[in-house]
Amino acid sequence: MRLLTHNMLSSNIRGVVNGFPLGIEAEKVVEREVELSAEFLRGVFPKIEWGALVAGARALGHPDLLPGEADASMLASDDFLRRFHRALLQLHVEEGALVCPETGRRFPINKGIPNMLLHEDEV
Amino acid sequence: MWFLCVFYHRLLDYRRPEVEALAELFGAFGGGGGNGGGEGGGGGGWEANPRKWSLEWKLPENHHVDSPFHFVSLPSEEIARNIANRSILVKGIYELWGQGINYEELEKAVREFPDERKLPYLTPESTFRIVVDSFGKVISFEEQNERIQGLSYIPFQGRVDLKNPEHKFWLIETDDYGANNGLPPVVQRTVFFGREVGAADRKLLPTYQLKSRKYLGPTAMDAEMAFLMANQGLAQKGKLVYDPFVGTGSILVAAAHFGAMTMGADIDIRVVRDGRGPDCNVWSNFKQYNLPSPISLLRADNNLPPWRPGLKEVFDAIICDPPYGVRAGGRKSGGRKLLKGAVGPYTVPEEKRFDHIPSTAPYSLAECVHDLLDLSARMLVMGGRLVFFYPVVREDGVTNNTQFPEHPCFTLIASCEQILSFRYSRILLTMVKTGLYTAEIEESAKKQHLEFKENHLKWLEDGNLRSAVFSPAESQMASLKLERDSKPKYRGKYV
Repeated sequence: MRLLTHNMLSSNIRGVVNGFPLGIEAEKVVEREVELSAEFLRGVFPKIEWGALVAGARALGHPDLLPGEADASMLASDDFLRRFHRALLQLHVEEGALVCPETGRRFPINKGIPNMLLHEDEV
Repeated sequence: MWFLCVFYHRLLDYRRPEVEALAELFGAFGGGGGNGGGEGGGGGGWEANPRKWSLEWKLPENHHVDSPFHFVSLPSEEIARNIANRSILVKGIYELWGQGINYEELEKAVREFPDERKLPYLTPESTFRIVVDSFGKVISFEEQNERIQGLSYIPFQGRVDLKNPEHKFWLIETDDYGANNGLPPVVQRTVFFGREVGAADRKLLPTYQLKSRKYLGPTAMDAEMAFLMANQGLAQKGKLVYDPFVGTGSILVAAAHFGAMTMGADIDIRVVRDGRGPDCNVWSNFKQYNLPSPISLLRADNNLPPWRPGLKEVFDAIICDPPYGVRAGGRKSGGRKLLKGAVGPYTVPEEKRFDHIPSTAPYSLAECVHDLLDLSARMLVMGGRLVFFYPVVREDGVTNNTQFPEHPCFTLIASCEQILSFRYSRILLTMVKTGLYTAEIEESAKKQHLEFKENHLKWLEDGNLRSAVFSPAESQMASLKLERDSKPKYRGKYV
């Protein structure tokens, strides 16, 4: 699971008011190379919740990778693009879990795939 | 500029829409395009008014629309070449130098074609070859050579190169058939001569064929169709394509081939996470072709998606084949007995929660399509495309006019039928997001979701496609036998 995915997910358990962002329990993190596409990064930047991305990078062991805040003008910098790209697409949680911030309910991540299916009583 | 467009004679409904989708991709309608990687291209000319998605087409005189020969108007030769080279069903796009009902008429037409358009391709330094082709008939090797000799009135000065010529000329012949031989009712014999501008790379198909795919599932999308879907969805570098029913990833493979970033979800975790082993899963399908893997795969229920509130307009295309309950039934979360009313609401005990496998309930086609439209309306960028298959039942071997799903955020721009059996077809629908996802639309979708939940059983019974397709056919067989002789031999959309 990449941080791009983490940035899109929330705990939608019935009754939960604010299920985003999910906490990350990272048991196994790997880094995989992905080709950098500046066009894609510029397109996806406005959709990203920056705070959640920074928290995610920290949870994966890279607290200094990203600046605390960011705006679109920084996309002109190659260095920023590379950091953004690395945090968003190259870091992977292979094993671990996503944690609902309100209920503590764990959504397991196995083989890189988060299981977001709700139980019958959460629906 | 008018070009002769010759199609492969198959998947008839898909031919023109594919060309029109690729025309959009390569900038024929103005706005972002070029080779599809333009900065800020977005939905391709989204700001341009009025919006159009279709091209001007003409048929040769006395040809039926199912004929493989069409004339299409495109803004430039470069766009024509790009479209043809990326397409799957275009046998070739040609600059027409002449046509006629016989070779005398053809010669007259070619002689009249302006010299300044011909001579640049007949120079002494160039290499060329002439291909003799036919539709619906066989021309022997000797006859082909005769025909080539018959073109000596054209001042070819270059050198012949059969393997890799700079210019390829085609002499294409078709006869008059009426409606026999299973070929379209082309009433008049026609001969065409033109210079090839571009052609499909059909070698893609043996490369990606399912026969040699590492990881298959019962409903894996056939390679040719997956490429057609990816073209309808304008998959290209820099774009993000999503498949909410990803299964073995067959559709995403096609999108990844065209350079798109891909993402998928499925409710069945075994298909998506485990596959059949470490070398036989979704990832191995991408590795097999040296394609970048999906950037995200998740287990999620389309009926209760895990997206954070406020997230929208993220995907450039959603391309999928939803489960319609004929060969694979859809599932949604919520507990099957609970929704049926067989048990009251229950809580899963704490100690059992850890690896509890939630009970899932059957998912009717109506609800599945409603959820897909709602998801797409929200998650597609403006101008983004939703491409999906919709099943229709046929009556007495005829597909009657069907009502397709509609949604205020979408404009339907193509519907392509593929007949699967006497009983049913599937129709590939291409929709473009032309309206914003407003708070009212979101509210109305939530209401509809609750309606489906409350009337779960009623929707299951009404939407039972599977029995319509597989029920015994005694009564139909009787009428079939009577009709067999009077049925026309023309195969039409069965091709």
